[in-house]
Amino acid sequence: MSSAFLGIPTPPPRAPYATGHLRGDQSFPDAAHTALDNTQQRRNLGKATATIRGKRDRMADELPDWEELRSAGAALKADVLARLPELLERFEREVTERGGVVHWARDADEANEIVTRLVAEKGSDEVLKVKSMATQEIGLNEHLESAGIAPVETDLAELIVQLGADRPSHILVPAIHRNRAEIRDIFLREMPGVDPNLDDDPVRLAEEARKYLRSKFMSTRVAISGANFGVADTGTLSVVESEGNGRMCLTMPETLITVMGIEKLVPSFTDLEVFLQLLPRSSTGERMNPYTSMWTGVTEGDGPGEFHLVLLDNGRSATLADGVGREALQCIRCSACLNVCPVYERTGGKAYGSTYPGPIGAVLTPQLAGMHESRDDPNASLPYASSLCGACYDVCPVKIDIPSLLVELRHQHVEQSRYTAEAAMMRASSLAMSSAKRFTKAQRASRLGRVLGGADGRISALPPPLNAWTSARDLPAPPKRTFREWWDSEDGREAVRAARREAERGES
Amino acid sequence: MRVALFATCLGDTLFPDAVKATAVLLTRLGQEVVFPPGQTCCGQMHVNTGYQADALPLVRNYTADFADESIDAVVAPSGSCVGSIRHQHAIVAERYGDRSLRERVERAGAKTYELSEFLVDVLGVTDVGAYFPHRVTYHPTCHSLRMLRVGDKPLRLLKQVREIDLVELPGAEECCGFGGTFALKNSETSTAMLSDKMRAVTTTGAEFCSAGDSSCLMHIGGGLSRLRTGIGTVHLAEVLASTEQRVRPEEEVSA
Ligand code: SF4
Repeated sequence: MSSAFLGIPTPPPRAPYATGHLRGDQSFPDAAHTALDNTQQRRNLGKATATIRGKRDRMADELPDWEELRSAGAALKADVLARLPELLERFEREVTERGGVVHWARDADEANEIVTRLVAEKGSDEVLKVKSMATQEIGLNEHLESAGIAPVETDLAELIVQLGADRPSHILVPAIHRNRAEIRDIFLREMPGVDPNLDDDPVRLAEEARKYLRSKFMSTRVAISGANFGVADTGTLSVVESEGNGRMCLTMPETLITVMGIEKLVPSFTDLEVFLQLLPRSSTGERMNPYTSMWTGVTEGDGPGEFHLVLLDNGRSATLADGVGREALQCIRCSACLNVCPVYERTGGKAYGSTYPGPIGAVLTPQLAGMHESRDDPNASLPYASSLCGACYDVCPVKIDIPSLLVELRHQHVEQSRYTAEAAMMRASSLAMSSAKRFTKAQRASRLGRVLGGADGRISALPPPLNAWTSARDLPAPPKRTFREWWDSEDGREAVRAARREAERGES
Repeated sequence: MRVALFATCLGDTLFPDAVKATAVLLTRLGQEVVFPPGQTCCGQMHVNTGYQADALPLVRNYTADFADESIDAVVAPSGSCVGSIRHQHAIVAERYGDRSLRERVERAGAKTYELSEFLVDVLGVTDVGAYFPHRVTYHPTCHSLRMLRVGDKPLRLLKQVREIDLVELPGAEECCGFGGTFALKNSETSTAMLSDKMRAVTTTGAEFCSAGDSSCLMHIGGGLSRLRTGIGTVHLAEVLASTEQRVRPEEEVSA
């Protein structure tokens, strides 16, 4: 009799390799090489992140229970992840009972097909878009365009990015890399019906965008949004925003399609109390965001008559399957970690090659889309795009320990990589330092480096890979004696005896 | 107290003056300082670069010396190594070690202190009787600040130093761009961060930039030296061990 062998459980799939925006076309150091020379972006980012950091700090500091709020946010999200299947089913039931239609999308391809089919069924060749990370992640706009449907971004910054045929560089401020003169040029070139005498006064730029968008709000019948939160026990969805354009999209059209990552749930309606405090303070540095829209299914005579919800996996189950890495799914996309990140501040968001840049992007992207999916997968460079300074962890409103996740992903990367020169070096140094006997031998050998030091004891050029150090920094030549040689020497012993005498004098 | 010195591999090999100063200072404050000769490296570089399996022998070696009951406390003049010992050794032991290693890791980690923590929290001193007649600015280093939460302890110690001209470093809490192998793998971004840190240091008009970690000082000092700014680096321990009799007491000129 053969026993039933069920096989090794297959891990859930990652996001498809080529669909959507979860992978750049070059490694982080290569992308950074170009980005670091972008003077305009360096200045914009430096200024903008410094300002928003200051605002966030003030908003966090003024709440006496900020730390408790963070702990509550983290605990609620951890709970959601621990019982995601159950909560998702509850959520589906509630949405359906209130007149919504729920669709499940395994990955970006399925989600794109579902949304495009729904729009096509309405006979619409144009759709409004509310700023959304999920639809960007799956490359929905490109897919709609290939089907002859024109998506219209309605968030001002997203609109600038879309008209400029550009890629966003920040979660919250997608056009943070642009200045107002560039924006005027983009509007003059690309915006239908634009005033040809437009100058670069921000008020006039906004007015021009408003005129253009109003005409779209009045004439378009289908809108697509993302969601900040989905409430499991009521089936309520929520979008928070600053401009009010999202509110227009959520209320004016006949049909609303929402694409939501499955991790965006909160257990119950009252839990929003925690997140609606954490999010705006962390994100824009405001006590409250100007617009919070909530809707549950459909309500007759009020808002869209048809509501579709697409629940998106796209590598989230794979992320959830990793006991350590799953913490990244707690993210509420506030972008506080980007704004404090010294790496992000200098390279900008596009260097990460993903919808999700900055510290959270460096841990989320490789988990959603994988980092060993091709030879020299660019995503494999992301966990190393950090000095592990820890500023991100300090500000994260749901306490994601991003530095530890980065270290974990580096470990996973090494485990799955072929044996490299670096691995050989690490193995050799581990061996050399695993006993003091071998270590002191290596120390003596390293002293040969003294000859590199020249008369002033300064080393300014080293062979690869250490030339990456000496490209910008000197290194002191190794000292004459190591610490342990000094400790065992007569002057070492005398220095300690002298210090002991001082201690005794002090006591007496 | 019987205090074991953990020199760290970098301190032992490349920057012994900071370790010597730590030994002298702790002795002067009445501690019985010992140096367990079996010690080598905490394994931070291996863990942070992804080589946890290669860190295991180093974690084991660390606990072999320092978990010992005869030692009351371990002190290292490095925030990042202490951070690694207290936060990362457990991860490595959990993944690769057995129960006895996990126990030793916990015992050794619980009594390992960064220098300023040990002075202020354990010995309860802020005035260590030091004298340092120079203009100094202090860089708090990321792991001391955010992993160990040493807060203003180093500054409280420095403020008590006689004749020191202590100037605040603008943007002090920003990373200098070192990050271990980050400085090699992302050398250009690291350099961009370093150049901003150096700009902050030079605006203070300080003669020395000080910190509690030789690795960060190696980075900042390497940049300051390359640009011939004429600004030096000095480890917190060396400032605190300086006296009217001898400033930077155990300094050995390397050339
Ligand atoms: S990881 Fe934390 S700080 Fe970063 S975007 Fe997500 S919630 Fe905000």
